Amino acid sequence: MVVSASTQSTDDKPMVVRATLPWSDRIFHNSAITIACVVLVIFGSIGVFLAYQSIPTFHRYGLSFLTRSDWNPERDKVGISSTLLGTFEVALVGLIIAFPVALGTALFISEYAPLRIKNLLVSMIDLMAAVPSVIYGAWGFFLLMPHAKLVSRWLAQYFGWIPLFKVNADPSAAVWAQSRFVNSAFIAGICVSLMVIPIACSVMRGVFMAAPLGEREAAYALGSTKWGMIRAVVLPFGRGGIIGGTMLGLGRALGETIAVLLIISLNFKVNFRILQNGTSTISALIANNFGESTKSQLAALLTAGLILFIITLGVNTLAAVLISRSRSGAATDI
Amino acid sequence: MSVESMPRTKEVPIIAGGVSPASVIDDVPIPLHRVSPDEIFSSVGSLIGSFCLVWLLYYDILPLGGVVGFVIFWYVAFLAMYGGVSSLTHPRPVVVNRVMGAVMIGVGLLVGFTLVTVVVYTFWSGRQVLFHSNFYTEPASSGSLNGSFDKGGISNVILGSVIQVGIAVGISLPLGLGTAVFMTEVGGWFSNIVRTVVEAMTAVPDLLAGLFVYVTLILTFHGHRNGIAVSLALAVTMTPIVARSAEVALRVVPGGLREAGQALGASHWSTVKRIVLPTAAPGLATALILSIARGIGESSPLLIVSGFTTFANYNPLDTQTMNSLPLYIYETIRSGEPNEIARGFGAAVVLLFMVFFLFIVTRFLARQRVTR
Repeated sequence: MVVSASTQSTDDKPMVVRATLPWSDRIFHNSAITIACVVLVIFGSIGVFLAYQSIPTFHRYGLSFLTRSDWNPERDKVGISSTLLGTFEVALVGLIIAFPVALGTALFISEYAPLRIKNLLVSMIDLMAAVPSVIYGAWGFFLLMPHAKLVSRWLAQYFGWIPLFKVNADPSAAVWAQSRFVNSAFIAGICVSLMVIPIACSVMRGVFMAAPLGEREAAYALGSTKWGMIRAVVLPFGRGGIIGGTMLGLGRALGETIAVLLIISLNFKVNFRILQNGTSTISALIANNFGESTKSQLAALLTAGLILFIITLGVNTLAAVLISRSRSGAATDI
Repeated sequence: MSVESMPRTKEVPIIAGGVSPASVIDDVPIPLHRVSPDEIFSSVGSLIGSFCLVWLLYYDILPLGGVVGFVIFWYVAFLAMYGGVSSLTHPRPVVVNRVMGAVMIGVGLLVGFTLVTVVVYTFWSGRQVLFHSNFYTEPASSGSLNGSFDKGGISNVILGSVIQVGIAVGISLPLGLGTAVFMTEVGGWFSNIVRTVVEAMTAVPDLLAGLFVYVTLILTFHGHRNGIAVSLALAVTMTPIVARSAEVALRVVPGGLREAGQALGASHWSTVKRIVLPTAAPGLATALILSIARGIGESSPLLIVSGFTTFANYNPLDTQTMNSLPLYIYETIRSGEPNEIARGFGAAVVLLFMVFFLFIVTRFLARQRVTR
């Protein structure tokens, strides 16, 4: 405050007010910061520790760790190129199935479902996300696989001319080699899609439901049908959420362990044929070989873990940026 | 076009083309949320028609088999038929609207059906063991691999899971809640960094939490693959979940309440303690329970930091391993023995029940928050 000198006597100085926080607040602020720092240190050290443990592996194998395809620690030859390929195959199959289904389910819940059952459906999707993945794996192995191998066979019969759908067996034979069509990246991908759907769906539903009412009504007032309104208002409004939700799902699909491990048969050949049995993913490789690994193999597995960490961290950060752009994170106010 | 702008009177000149005036005058708006008889008949008709057509083609003419393939073909044929029937009487936007509506409902049903098959199949496969009381009271070591269901059970893994998740909650609750309070109440530039890291960690594979605990606790500090290692791995996976969902719950607390507390002269801490936390309590409880539900079904870190055992071990600090539900399910259904697989599914039913129970509690808490 500046007060003009003419109305004040000269020795009248403004009182200095120094804001002091009470002790309780200082303790509160400091302990909150401490806890946040502890959490930050724990999570930061995941990457640091994995990176530190990976140094010997990179020293020993160099770039061939990324380019070799076989996993033979006994003969001192390890590489994860086939495993990386399998990881992306499973994740992409899961995503290709999950994306339209999650989008449709999100639109169904936010636009088509009657108001009475809307909450029920939302809880059902949340519940689907909470079902443990080992149960999805058991379901996929015992119930899905016998049905899915018929779909695999059909795809191989009619689309076998596409290299992706080729299988190293005759699908039209009267007694077809069933064992070639099971334990594949395709079937694992179907199972993974079940875990991706609830994650992607709940993000998409959130942004769809936030589409402004005024613009919806405007579309209807201009004579639009329901689908016309969805295309003109809801989908453009929710674009960030659609992309972000899908990316989050991709992160989940890349890291899924136990369901994939139950379904696939581990195999370290470079296999572009997604319908054929035998593939590997990074997480399945780590989980499967960890129990009986020697010291050098352990280091190699930890390096594979580091690579998975880097990939998923990248995907998730991108997803977080895309989602946060599509909605404001401001606090609610009264 | 001019017809639509006319007043609704009976004195409308007859339009060329033989349209009766009555049909023009009753220009009622299309009901958006009501299904017209036309829609019902064309959809049900297409459903039946496509079923018969595909049945004939699929089973009698083309050499195809399998229920899944039949349903896929049926659905595609239904969409085509429904679109075709609608296009006889309606312009293109209406046809597209109807077909897309059918697609959405079909997809919703597919997801619901899949979830139901997952639950029902688990119950069905585990039905043999569920009615033996010893299944819940005896440890797995008292039964034999392919022996009768009257001996042996899963009491050791149920208790093991409860102990491990209990310790994990004890660690992750203060850490997660403290981080959430820091992010929403204290704030500042540092909180943005913390938020970014926590968000990124939520979706990092849980397997890596197991690897991390293995590297730090077992490799660096020469620990054992025991209960406490599992608890720590679970705590690492659960903390970001607690932090994130607790932050959402805290953010919903109206800023006006905080300002009111401060304006009355309360210190920051007592505002948080007396106003913010009690207001957000149901949301915080939901966050906690959801993370418990997540933690109890978590299986991938266990493959790294825990070993399989059938013996009861309730001491998390012991050098011996301590088994838990997800790991038991994984090992038994991989064993290939029919009785053991049935036990695995029985354990899966117990796990599902735990998750469902926790879930229903969260719904109950959420409803309380709405009605208050």
